[in-house]
Amino acid sequence: MSSSPHHSTRLNFPSLIACHDCDLLQRRVLLHAGEVARCRRCGAALYRNLPNSIDRALAYTLAALVLILIANAYPIVGLEVSGNRQMASLYGTLHALWVEGREEVALLVGVTTMVTPIIQIVLMLYVLIPLRLNRMAQGTIPVLRFLSTVSPWSMMEVFLLGILVALVKLEHLAHVETGTAMWAFAALIPVLIAAGRVFNPDEIWEKVRALS
Amino acid sequence: MSRPVVTAAQLGLYSCHTCNLVTQAKRGHREVVCPRCGHHLHMRKPDSIARAWAFLLAGYILYIPANVMPIMHTSSLFGAQSDTIMSGVIYLWHSGSWHLALIVFIASILVPSAKLLGMTFLLISVQRRSLWDPLQRTRMYRIIEQVGRWSMLDIFVVAILVALVQLQSLATIRAGFGAVAFGAVVVLTMFAAMEFDPKLIWDPQGGRNGSSIVGH
Repeated sequence: MSSSPHHSTRLNFPSLIACHDCDLLQRRVLLHAGEVARCRRCGAALYRNLPNSIDRALAYTLAALVLILIANAYPIVGLEVSGNRQMASLYGTLHALWVEGREEVALLVGVTTMVTPIIQIVLMLYVLIPLRLNRMAQGTIPVLRFLSTVSPWSMMEVFLLGILVALVKLEHLAHVETGTAMWAFAALIPVLIAAGRVFNPDEIWEKVRALS
Repeated sequence: MSRPVVTAAQLGLYSCHTCNLVTQAKRGHREVVCPRCGHHLHMRKPDSIARAWAFLLAGYILYIPANVMPIMHTSSLFGAQSDTIMSGVIYLWHSGSWHLALIVFIASILVPSAKLLGMTFLLISVQRRSLWDPLQRTRMYRIIEQVGRWSMLDIFVVAILVALVQLQSLATIRAGFGAVAFGAVVVLTMFAAMEFDPKLIWDPQGGRNGSSIVGH
């Protein structure tokens, strides 16, 4: 959307919040560190007080960046049958699906396990690093908006469970071994969850408003 | 607790989906934009019910090939075999890993069907402006929204098996059309849940405090 969200002509009420699930209008209250405000009608989590959320989110996101590079660079699992060895990386998985003519499945798996998580991590860093230095990267606002719409499509934890199920299915047929990327995936999931949990949009919007 | 129960929409206020800022819009303005983050503002998601129905019905249609057609073809020295989602679960059950069979059953069979039926129920109840327990229905919506992604499990399993079992001389695994249909069902039902606006569950309540009343 357009670049100038600065029309002060319209009344806005930063002291109020409307529940995103039931639309009940409520007054914002001050929270202690770690507290969550819930909607008094439907119980939805409305906002939380997470001190230093930018610092923490930045730390987890940097860790996630390292792990996701490892997860993409190394093989996830390997299979050995009478000397014949086959290793599968994430890219190799997408490639195998693509060449056998299941492009739709390759795209779906690629978007949910590779493209979306990488875009999320890179864009988070793009927004958070300048904010940490009290500056604002160009396009911070549209990027934040984009991040909130894209997050349901990152499915790393489901993918990890998929790897485990596939391994159990093959166990009877062949000797299976886990690769480096498997451990990177296993470590990445709690880190991504933590990054999402400490990410406090309120603090970010507050800072964005102060800087713009 | 007798604080007033009033929604933002009843006061003509908009609440931004992205940054949660509450704003008042001038009358007559067609396009309302959040003054803080520039997001388009709507009191309710536009055409929520029609769009959710469209995605849901498409999901129902593809649900049939997703379950009937094979998601995986295995060919090996011992012959060829095709697996549907259900036969994959049965195979896991018989091969002794009943706990994994249970996980796959929940993710691939229980979750997608419960999601289709649950969304249907929510949409019908909202269209009929039902007053029945809005709190329970909101909880149901939250569960549907959060649990849907786990249905992707079988797609990922097939993807990894395809990549791994490429031992040309011994065995190959290929993804079947069922996998495409099943993936589409997961994506379509996720879109249906995203388009649905849970505020519509509460709108018929008017000024009443939701959980304390039962429809009449």
